[in-house]
Amino acid sequence: MPDTVNPENTPIVATGYANKPVVLTVSKDKFYETARSLRYGEELPDAEIHIPAEKYDYLIDVVGMDYGDSLGVIYYLSPSAQPEKVLALKTSTPEREQPELFSVQDLWESASVYEREVYDFFGIRFINHPDMRRIFLRADWKGFPLRKDYDADPAVNPVPLENELIADMERVPSVSIKMGDRVETISQLFEEDDYVVNFGPQHPAMHGVLHLRIALNGEIIKKIDPVFGYIHRGIEKMCESDTYPQILHLADRLDYLSGTMNRHAVCLCCEKALELEVPERAHYIRTIFDELTRIASHLLGWGCMCMDMGSITAFVYGMRDREKIMDVFEETAGGRLMANYNVIGGVAQDIHPNFQRRVKEMIPYIRKMLKEHHLLFTGNPIARGRMKNIGYMSREQAVSLGATGPSGRASGWHNDVRKIEPYAAYGKADFQEVLRTEGQTFDRYIIRLDEIEQSLRIIEQLIDNIPEGAYAAKTKAVIRLPEGEFFQRVENARGQFCVHITSKGDKSPYRVKFRSPSLTLVGALKAMATGAKVADLIMMGASLDDVIPCIDR
Amino acid sequence: MFSFSDLTHWIDSSLRLWMNDGWTLFVEFVLIGVMILVSYAVLALILILVERKVCAWMQCRLGPNRVGPWGLFQTGADMIKILLKEIVNINRSDKFLFRLASFIVILGSVLTFGALPFAKGLQVIDFNIGVFYLLAVSSLGVVGILLAGWASNSKYTMIGAMRSGAQLISYELSCGLALLSIVVLSGTMQLSEIVEQQSEMWFIFKGHVPAFIAFVIYMIAGHAETNRGPFDLPEAESELTAGYHTEYSGIQFGFFYLAEYMNMFIIAAIASTMFLGGWMPLHIPGWEGFNGAMDYIPSVVWFLAKTGFCIFMQLWVRWSFPRLRIDQLLRLEWKILMPVCLFNILLMALVVIL
Repeated sequence: MPDTVNPENTPIVATGYANKPVVLTVSKDKFYETARSLRYGEELPDAEIHIPAEKYDYLIDVVGMDYGDSLGVIYYLSPSAQPEKVLALKTSTPEREQPELFSVQDLWESASVYEREVYDFFGIRFINHPDMRRIFLRADWKGFPLRKDYDADPAVNPVPLENELIADMERVPSVSIKMGDRVETISQLFEEDDYVVNFGPQHPAMHGVLHLRIALNGEIIKKIDPVFGYIHRGIEKMCESDTYPQILHLADRLDYLSGTMNRHAVCLCCEKALELEVPERAHYIRTIFDELTRIASHLLGWGCMCMDMGSITAFVYGMRDREKIMDVFEETAGGRLMANYNVIGGVAQDIHPNFQRRVKEMIPYIRKMLKEHHLLFTGNPIARGRMKNIGYMSREQAVSLGATGPSGRASGWHNDVRKIEPYAAYGKADFQEVLRTEGQTFDRYIIRLDEIEQSLRIIEQLIDNIPEGAYAAKTKAVIRLPEGEFFQRVENARGQFCVHITSKGDKSPYRVKFRSPSLTLVGALKAMATGAKVADLIMMGASLDDVIPCIDR
Repeated sequence: MFSFSDLTHWIDSSLRLWMNDGWTLFVEFVLIGVMILVSYAVLALILILVERKVCAWMQCRLGPNRVGPWGLFQTGADMIKILLKEIVNINRSDKFLFRLASFIVILGSVLTFGALPFAKGLQVIDFNIGVFYLLAVSSLGVVGILLAGWASNSKYTMIGAMRSGAQLISYELSCGLALLSIVVLSGTMQLSEIVEQQSEMWFIFKGHVPAFIAFVIYMIAGHAETNRGPFDLPEAESELTAGYHTEYSGIQFGFFYLAEYMNMFIIAAIASTMFLGGWMPLHIPGWEGFNGAMDYIPSVVWFLAKTGFCIFMQLWVRWSFPRLRIDQLLRLEWKILMPVCLFNILLMALVVIL
């Protein structure tokens, strides 16, 4: 990654250093043009900056920042053709009363939800964004909680005793610039005579508390509006007052089905910042745990998908096989769903003497059961009829929507972090990144079962070769990260899970941002399901397999 | 072979010794009514337990095993619970139609249940248009379902009701046409006559290929009539939470639940009566000794065994298959089952003529 020059008197500053994202700082006025040039791989507006010409068509994450004197946003970008490259595009505005920046939701579809999130937490309004509602908090919330001057007094925002008004949820404010004039508009989400049905927050197929408001035309979906925030716990805010080892426990509880992987991401990020040498043994154990978690998550995802299609037997089979993995976890880590096993520098304790034997026994069992699952469900003509030619997502769409993980790979998008930048012991195992091309519900279904097989292969290769030695590196009693910004991504069961940590050298971080792969998957659902039937919406939702606590954070 | 008509005639004649004709009829009506309602409820309870046990067995689970030995009293306890539950009044629902709907659903299934020949001589009423009657009253249920969906004034129930309207009315066609091919074969609509004609050989064997086709189609269409998976679109738990009975609570919900299980029994009973000989034992022409031995098994056991077999088939399908989508469901009926059925009747007519 070539270092770019830092010319004097130019608002664009680019710095790049090995193994870290290239950072490009842009002034507010040049931001949109720069973003567009990066998106389409054109020459940057400032001729003196030389970023290798790539189409940065994948927006990894958007991080809102309160720098104290100014409010800013960091856009993490990556070209889908060269996914190992990451670029951080930064911009900021000194305005604190009514901060406004230009929206890039017309360049990357996933920016649409990310920018709403930044607005919700920092109050930065995005010009030309058609929907500037709050995303997680209620419409009547006072203040912007992730700003450093936020008043957390419970008297300001008492616990509400009344429901949020539907009318408030449907009022969509937006800011745009038309003919040089700033126009504020308020539009209605649905038309007067729309037949709006609430799917969720309590609904058997919403896998949690996702709330979809759907305008129906008979059985056909006219419009979908996802409502988030029912399980919003303010984890990013909590992180700012917690120490790093405490943050690990919060990371587990984001996507509870890939808790181990999320925790792994935070550990890797801290270790990178501390420049800590993690023992090889810990890397192997972590990788095996990650893959076991992935198998458990995919089995549950498979079962839930079958159950959403009305086949409850398949769900019970999935749960039964997952139970075996949970038992292995329990023996070594003490926890089942939340293994709480990774710590900064390694793992919490050494593996149980039975661990290797039990994992090796489990591999042929799961292989056998996979055959049975295919027999029971994949070959079923009704199941095939329900999944084929439904919910098509092209590769371009998947990239633009940021639909990573198995969902994106079903559309043929190579986005597996385990292959892009092999972390832990992934570089030592020979496995295949399963890619499919059709991008239908059926592909997203079958790819999970195929990934289980690949995970089994990884475990098979590593389980007998766990090196001897320490299981964790020595760390200081109080962990303080050096000053700076750190970014780490890992592959969890649903896609790319990314951690951004800004540290000021204290024992707790200045700002933590988690990229939830599920959040963008809901965006993908919204894009896919418009015009489909209600029954197909459920199938698409199940095939994307999102976990709501990860979205709401 | 023991005929229940001996018993009923004895009751009738002994009652007539004590009272005049009018009172005799009245007492008999009350007796029959009580017996039908009791057996209706008891069968439903048994069926619920059976379903839970069978599905647990298919899913590698144990099923109910806490209340009584092997969980035998579980459904009894559930019944008591559901009777004691509060009936929730829904704001802005049509109260009268809302209440009425659950009764119509259960009425349709009790009326059908009453006309089944359970054993030799054990039939409440033997119409000469028995098949016609069964089809007519069993289709009453759809009125109740539509009313339930409409009167609840809820969006889920409304979608569920519209789906079930489309589904039940479509699949009734196949049901009727499949039974019609047996009527063509037997030349009568009287149920007792149909069973009697199968004393030589059951219709499913006697009617060659068309009878078998009709049996398969009847089982599929009948299964769809009961609103159970893979045809449970009107309820579609993962889409419409509970479909047309989302808003019902307590015993009113219990009625829908009861009717669902009894419809399953009724479909299985009609299938066994029309295709598998009803209460008629298995007879193979020429094998006198074998036939005589078969006659020692009571007719009610034969009936329940065949019905149980059909119910097991339904449970098997219910717990293995995923749900269809509404357009696939209607395509299956209008483009596959019904044309096959119509062709099948022609085939059956040919078989009868030749």
